[in-house]
Amino acid sequence: MSDKDFVLACPAPAGDGDTVQLAHGGGGRAMERLLDTIIRPAFDNPHLARRHDGAVLDLAGPVAFATDSYVVKPLFFPGGDIGTLAVNGTVNDLAMCGARAAHLSVGLILEEGLPLDTLRRVVGSMRSAADAAGVQLVTGDTKVVDHGKADGLFVNTAGLGPVVATTPVGPGEVRAGDAVILSGDIGRHGIAVMAAREGFGFETVIESDCAPVGEPVLALIAAGIAIHCLRDLTRGGLASGVVEIAETAGVSIALDEAAIPVRDDVGSACEVLGLDPLHVANEGRFVAFVPDSEAERALAVLRRSEVSAGAVRIGTVGAGPAGDVTCRGPLGIDRIIDMLSGEQLPRIC
Amino acid sequence: MKFRDEYRDPKAARGYADAIARITTRPWTLMEICGGQTHAIVRYGIDELLPDQVTLVHGPGCPVCVTPAEYIDKAIEIAGRPEAILCSFGDMLRVAGTGGDLLGAKSRGGDIRVVYSPLDALKIARENPEREVVFFAVGFETTAPANAMAAYQAKREGLANFSMLVSHVLVPPAMSTILDGPTSRIQAFLAAGHVCTVMGFEEYYPIAARYRVPIVVTGFEPLDILEGVYMTVRQLEEGRAEVENQYSRSVKRDGNRPAQEIMAQVFKVTPRRWRGIGDIAASGLGLSDAYADYDAEHRFGPVSAEPETETECIAGLVLRGEKKPPECPAFGTRCTPDRPLGVTMVSSEGACAAYYRYRGRHAAALKAAS
Repeated sequence: MSDKDFVLACPAPAGDGDTVQLAHGGGGRAMERLLDTIIRPAFDNPHLARRHDGAVLDLAGPVAFATDSYVVKPLFFPGGDIGTLAVNGTVNDLAMCGARAAHLSVGLILEEGLPLDTLRRVVGSMRSAADAAGVQLVTGDTKVVDHGKADGLFVNTAGLGPVVATTPVGPGEVRAGDAVILSGDIGRHGIAVMAAREGFGFETVIESDCAPVGEPVLALIAAGIAIHCLRDLTRGGLASGVVEIAETAGVSIALDEAAIPVRDDVGSACEVLGLDPLHVANEGRFVAFVPDSEAERALAVLRRSEVSAGAVRIGTVGAGPAGDVTCRGPLGIDRIIDMLSGEQLPRIC
Repeated sequence: MKFRDEYRDPKAARGYADAIARITTRPWTLMEICGGQTHAIVRYGIDELLPDQVTLVHGPGCPVCVTPAEYIDKAIEIAGRPEAILCSFGDMLRVAGTGGDLLGAKSRGGDIRVVYSPLDALKIARENPEREVVFFAVGFETTAPANAMAAYQAKREGLANFSMLVSHVLVPPAMSTILDGPTSRIQAFLAAGHVCTVMGFEEYYPIAARYRVPIVVTGFEPLDILEGVYMTVRQLEEGRAEVENQYSRSVKRDGNRPAQEIMAQVFKVTPRRWRGIGDIAASGLGLSDAYADYDAEHRFGPVSAEPETETECIAGLVLRGEKKPPECPAFGTRCTPDRPLGVTMVSSEGACAAYYRYRGRHAAALKAAS
């Protein structure tokens, strides 16, 4: 240790400055200031205004409950950020249960040194996303961890919402003959985040598809469509979502590759990186399993919502073998679709 | 997308398949060199469009698969040093050496970074002058020019904390070795289009002449491959053994001269062991004497070759085209991408991985049924 390092003077108390300090998670004045200046103004609503330990909700009937944690690098990417993801992700999980998302909790884990401006932006995005999805952020928690122990900011959200579907929705309801409907083009979120993280100089900026999908799901329910199953397509992409359902439901599923929309720029990026668009992540896409006889009507309803304007039928459920998902390629030959094995890693050449 | 779709047009594909069937009078066995071609064949079911008499067997062109285990061990050893940052293409991370893989080394705290270009590794070296940045340079002639450029730049900038662990391989010597094999059944090659984009195809003339095999430089899209097969079968049927270029939209006879020049400047031809195949004379690239300072083996000690251990895995036979993945008794049962016995099931360019991914664990049964 040099003389320079050895200082006996008592360090001045850390001010708030313009970055997150450990004191911001310490439960004292600094934390109150953080909550008062950044968090509460953004999420302002009567539940938070009570400054209680938790929210007291008046719920009746069946309620769906979902949670998800969000760790994304970079925090901001074209088409969204960790805040929009954290709200839409849980809102969408509730929608997949046939529920109307109503209340969210938010847990923030902040890394010491995170610029407060970054936090403001993320919290602002969460508020905007919550407004767009019609949910309130009614309770929350903030912790601060040492510098180097988190990628800037981690978020957990949990959500509650009344189930509005009048018939059960889930893999167990899927039947042979059901139509498989996809709500729009796939692969944009995964490529947008990868491009932002790695700094690929693609000619066009690919934006994430991050969006709430509650509206079209509620519209399907309101139209009286007998939805058998819904699944939002996040990590693992369309392939993982569909294979999981085929395995759980004990059915086979036949997809038609030509019907699956992939934007030109996303398709080209996948080619360059050696990725299958069917395995690339989405954040505003879902598949719906409905009886064949209702497929056309379901498509018409979905296409009225902006977020699912590109809805298409991509396949049909078969009687088995259980878990077998095939995809008919451009040359008319079927290939097996499986979940991704391990992490998605770009190939060498 | 339009451009890609043109090369996947079902009517044109059927047209080629019919033309191949019309000219085929005898059984022929063709090898496609490149793992990218293997994946296209299995993914699009191109082999299923061909007449029964035409058999496609899969070649050694999977860079991850043929990288010797001892180089992976060395990379893991380097990654374990506190001062080191090991940079690698992503595909290399899940391939095991003799003990463990780079993903495991990463989970134990090794600073291992996935890069998309060797120039990204240079950037990391510039940004971390107090660390030793090592780039794991593997691949065929396709990746060699960019890797050579990284060493060239490092030398020009005097970037003393950058080095490369080099295990590059060359295609033509491997083709000769495969044909020399006593049990080889290869009668013609679809040469790898991207390798030839760099190298041209003059170096294939001696092979075609010596072994009397047609060699057709072929692209990667379904119609490229079907046209390559058509050109190859036509040669076989006509008793010719020539070098032809199907992939002329990308490949010129003399290749990419500037790319070859930087390779010649930075690398020298060396003997190389191929995983699953064995030692092949003059089949690798190592850093030339002028670039010896940038050789990770100089800084961190040489890679020590150890004999490959015998396992149930038949990856070596698959890489030499002597067996197809579903012929392996472990395929899809004791060997899957989640629990691989060998590299060809791990790499995204490996033949076993292609069969498993696109045809599933029942690939053998499916093929028999068809």
